[in-house]
Amino acid sequence: MADRVVAGRVIVAGTAEGEALVTDAALSFWGGYDFHTGEIIDKHHPLAGVRAAQRILAVPFSKGSSTTTAVLLEAVRAGTAPAAIITTGPDTFFALASIVADVMYGKSFPVISLEPADFASLRTGEHLSIEASGAIRRT
Amino acid sequence: MANGDGGPAQALAMSILVRMADVYGATELMDISQAHIDSTIYLGDATLEFAERLASLGARVAVPTSLNVSGVDECGWKDWAVKADWAAKAARQMLAYERMGAVPTWTCAPYQTHMRPVFGQQIAWGESNAISFANSVIGARTERYPDLLDICCAITGRVPAVGLHLTENRGGQICLRLTGVPEALQQDDQFFAVLGHLVGQLADESIPVIDGIVVSPTEDQLKAFAAAAASSGRVALFHMVGVTPEAPTLDAAFLGRPPERTVAITTADLRAARRELTTADGRELDMVILGSPHFSLAEFSLLAPLVAGRRADPRVKFLITSSRLMKEHARETGVLAPIEAFGAQITLDTCILASPMLPPEIKTLMTNSAKYAYYAPSLLNTRVTFGSLADCVRSAIEGRVVRDESLWQIA
Repeated sequence: MADRVVAGRVIVAGTAEGEALVTDAALSFWGGYDFHTGEIIDKHHPLAGVRAAQRILAVPFSKGSSTTTAVLLEAVRAGTAPAAIITTGPDTFFALASIVADVMYGKSFPVISLEPADFASLRTGEHLSIEASGAIRRT
Repeated sequence: MANGDGGPAQALAMSILVRMADVYGATELMDISQAHIDSTIYLGDATLEFAERLASLGARVAVPTSLNVSGVDECGWKDWAVKADWAAKAARQMLAYERMGAVPTWTCAPYQTHMRPVFGQQIAWGESNAISFANSVIGARTERYPDLLDICCAITGRVPAVGLHLTENRGGQICLRLTGVPEALQQDDQFFAVLGHLVGQLADESIPVIDGIVVSPTEDQLKAFAAAAASSGRVALFHMVGVTPEAPTLDAAFLGRPPERTVAITTADLRAARRELTTADGRELDMVILGSPHFSLAEFSLLAPLVAGRRADPRVKFLITSSRLMKEHARETGVLAPIEAFGAQITLDTCILASPMLPPEIKTLMTNSAKYAYYAPSLLNTRVTFGSLADCVRSAIEGRVVRDESLWQIA
């Protein structure tokens, strides 16, 4: 199958590639993500028990605790963060974690926003590469 | 300021703020006159390194700034399962924020201290429940600030001029209308926490307007609502018609614009939401936990007559999480003594979610806090029964879960 490209809006620029992990349910990383293991732990969430570390996590937006950012920063430091996060809008919590990780550790991850229809077309398990322009290549 | 005129810490904070202003789509920054810092919660090396980096660069807050819970009860942690290494690092993180000139309030209910903002005040607050309370119940103005950005706003005294700081963005978007929900149920002690849990799920990214409230909720009931809606969802501002200050009428709550949609909330919906908050099977009970958000003086005062002259079953721990200030007020007003005589323990500065304090044998909790009920199963791997304050007290006395279901079973 030929590559298909989805145009995303860059919230925090960067490149990444990996396996997509897709959910339509918002997530709080505090109480929802174990930065020691990279696993989603929110028992209310459909991805509870799934490892998101090094995968490209597509989640529409953050919810819940303000501490989501700090958990994500810890995950970047520990090497257990998603490789990139794809959202349906400019989620400030995810963006801030990437920006502070860049400032503190020189390690940021791309945060890309998609139109809802494009977001809905993503499938868990497909291989994605994110380009600096925000283009998402699906193979 | 971004070029370092205010020193290296201010330059660092401003550089983060400027990058975030771009994410927010802000074309300018604006002044704030108060901040509340949620970055105080110690999680691990990264949160500590961030705090100590700022402090070592000489960071000072530019506006009056209160501090949220930390990762440790500075004076009481040894009574619990907190490890010494954790306590030491969490205390270092506390010290770092104190060195920046913030007021050591150590509470997730800063709106119940002398640092409470006023209507219309522009502030930068972290802590999801506090954001929701400040915006909605007080009518102060804050965006939903994440950890690590709140302190950058406090150091610079500036925020991106966007979102809930601006009048035009504070109007309601969806109407959630109580339909056939009897007054007796609305008067129940659990009602606003359960409603908040449901509203958080229904609101998605929207600002909800709740219509059909026929009772006058107390401040602590609105606190419970705000915390619940900011846990199950991302509600940073809500309007309650006839209750909250920007909603004297339905029309005013929507700034004269039509709602994007209207959703009915029925008694059956509320019953289902209440059921979701209970994840235990009700057979065993290890601990009653109260105080998320932190227990207020009014809550201590409600609890005191319920426990006066009674004793909790020794098999059940009874823990209240609160602030130093509230505990001192409770002592001064005489309501603390019967609560301590009952067998209650009080943890300050933090809570069971932010500090690894519970020993592993505590597996089943009971609480009147929807926020505790939402987070404890995932964060602590415990199971929870949700009930009223009176249910919690009775259960502690009897040593087993007892709930008065009469109001919640009416067809």
